[in-house]
Amino acid sequence: MTTGNVGPPTRARLRAAGLTLPLVAFVGFSFLFPLGTMLSRSVYDPLVADTLPGTLALLEEWDGETLPGEPVFAAAARELETALDARLAGRLGGRVNRVASGMRTVIVRGARAAAEAPAATARETLIGGDPAWGEPATWRAIRAAGERFTARHYLRALDLDRDAGGSIVRQPEELRIYVPLLLRTLMVSGAVTLLCLLLGYPIAHLIANSPPRRARWLILLVLVPFWTSLLVRTTAWIVLLQTHGVLNSLLVALGIVADDGRIAMIYNMTGTLVAMTHVLLPFMVLPLYSVMRTIPPHFMRAASSLGANRRQSFLRVYWPLTLPGTAAGSLLVFILAIGYYITPALVGGSSGQLFSNMIAFHMQTSLNWGLAAALGGILFVVVGALYVVYDRLVGASSLKLG
Amino acid sequence: MKRAVSVAALALAAACGPGDGPGSLTVVSWGGAYARAVTRAHYEPFEAATGLTLAREDYNGGLAEIRTQVDTGNVHWDLVDLEMFDATRGCDEGLLELIPDDLLGPGADGSPAAEDFWPGANGDCGVGNVFYSTVVAYHPDRFPREKPAVLGDFFDLERFPGRRGMRRSPLVNLEFALMADGVATDEVYAVLDTEAGMERAFGKLETIRDQVVWWEAGAQPPQMLADAEVAMSTAYNGRIFNAQVLENQPFVIVWDGQVLDIGQTGIVAGTPRLKEALEFLRFSSSAEAMARLSGEIAYSPTRRSALPLVTTHRETGVPMLPHLPTSPQNLGRVLTSNTLWWSDHLDEVNERFSAWLAR
Repeated sequence: MTTGNVGPPTRARLRAAGLTLPLVAFVGFSFLFPLGTMLSRSVYDPLVADTLPGTLALLEEWDGETLPGEPVFAAAARELETALDARLAGRLGGRVNRVASGMRTVIVRGARAAAEAPAATARETLIGGDPAWGEPATWRAIRAAGERFTARHYLRALDLDRDAGGSIVRQPEELRIYVPLLLRTLMVSGAVTLLCLLLGYPIAHLIANSPPRRARWLILLVLVPFWTSLLVRTTAWIVLLQTHGVLNSLLVALGIVADDGRIAMIYNMTGTLVAMTHVLLPFMVLPLYSVMRTIPPHFMRAASSLGANRRQSFLRVYWPLTLPGTAAGSLLVFILAIGYYITPALVGGSSGQLFSNMIAFHMQTSLNWGLAAALGGILFVVVGALYVVYDRLVGASSLKLG
Repeated sequence: MKRAVSVAALALAAACGPGDGPGSLTVVSWGGAYARAVTRAHYEPFEAATGLTLAREDYNGGLAEIRTQVDTGNVHWDLVDLEMFDATRGCDEGLLELIPDDLLGPGADGSPAAEDFWPGANGDCGVGNVFYSTVVAYHPDRFPREKPAVLGDFFDLERFPGRRGMRRSPLVNLEFALMADGVATDEVYAVLDTEAGMERAFGKLETIRDQVVWWEAGAQPPQMLADAEVAMSTAYNGRIFNAQVLENQPFVIVWDGQVLDIGQTGIVAGTPRLKEALEFLRFSSSAEAMARLSGEIAYSPTRRSALPLVTTHRETGVPMLPHLPTSPQNLGRVLTSNTLWWSDHLDEVNERFSAWLAR
């Protein structure tokens, strides 16, 4: 044995480590860096604080109940005018709007009034722009939006809010959405994982125990849908399952259901489960197959020669040996299902809205990236927690992905 | 670190090389039938007239992509077709260039642009290209005797039984609910501004909720009507028109209570090709270009002087006028979508809508 292999790092070992640098850089740039900046948005939002520093400083002295004095109005009018020139007024309004709905136009109108129609006092100017400037609630919203570091997005993501006194309360019932949605998403993912396991296990077993020629064909049957576009597969299910679709028409033609009693199989939870299970099935079959292939068939024969019946030899020999594949497939399917949204959106009907749909909404439409990041953060924590639980129960080292 | 960043920037620059030269513009539109229509009506004539080339891209709406480009200073989109709602928001957020007042040319009859355009069609950062409309459409076979005639019939499950298709969004649906409940068009948003009005709108939706199939993409309603998945659906009028004339579907549009929206074109802030982009906007907002577009797809021009120039559908020769949302015979009860109201309230209302759906 030469010292180079075990001693302190030598040139050769450094060079070997150097080979992983591109990968490390890639992961850092394309994964960790964006993930970090995105997550930081969920707690850090300096825009209001940077745009209205003077106003916010003066508001610190304010009691929050009566209308603030003229100096506050003057500072606000001055800073709003600057913001308008820098085309920041709308962005500013959007931020305050997240604290209190309706504030976007109040802020923008105030800024326009400050720039275009100054009155004798700043107070008259702003109130002339929008009467809401004469209400303490507007100023409270500005003060709340002025926090540089904020827990607001996480509170909102957990259906919580701060009341006027600053203590944390639950949202009114008609606005509670994220927690029920998260629970439903977890439930749907769990059900899909279970269905995939029930369907995938026998398939994987069949493939693993077929002669090589037939196994190749069977594998192909699993893989062909896997290579087909997700949208095509989802649409195919719509064609099959809809009220006047293939399956219902067949049932009616066979006289099993009446023509006016066609079964609703899509645009509801059934449709979501069927389509998602189909889409995710290969992710269960492949790891299971790769594990089952390595289990020598004579293990089962040995078990029966030692007196175990078929059930016993399955439960005590085969099943434990496939556990790494089962665990890997389940984890894979579950995590993919949690982030799914195209399929449930298309076939899920009113119950088809899952957690990721709200993330997409806040990324694309409301442009509230802070809240989107907070929702993503929560999903991240949930998946992380599940992984830890899983690690405790099964042991991560037993994962076998194929 | 700095060096790594510049290497990455170089790699990016190399990746977006062709198509970004000074003689070329990137135009982004909705894809599908609409993209085909603007290609024939605007892009190809513009290329022929100026010698510039237009690189085409499709997107699904929303401002996320534009915001990313502007925030990172790597603008490669130039002109983007936007919903009025996004154009307003994008303008407020500084993501779009301001449109100079003197950009738009006079109408076909010589009237100045300010009088020729419908009031409110143009924003600070967007030129109104088309009126499109969300309407109720039905399949006549599902209603053999009495046919739906007014918006209220959509919510009348007793006289008109059958499933309904609606977009999974509070936009337009709340307005439909209030109008069907008897609120006058000019009071819809004032009523929505009150808690009682909001409850009234959701209450009306609640009456048909069990029968509603929710759609996401504009292509879904005609499909669902054809498949008899729904008997009646809200839909974009252009999609229904396409199904009528290109696929011979017997669908009927109920124009009563239609909700008009304006499709705008805006320029991404900070584009190095601002001059050419403005030139394109001036070109595509001419009355002739607008009339050409209405000959491709059933959306109305936003210039008054362009409407008389619209004749027939180029592909099928069908007269276009009866199919346009702003044709006199379709302008009975019309609501123009209030984007300002929605930009203030969408976030909150959407949460409420999602919670209501999930209940």
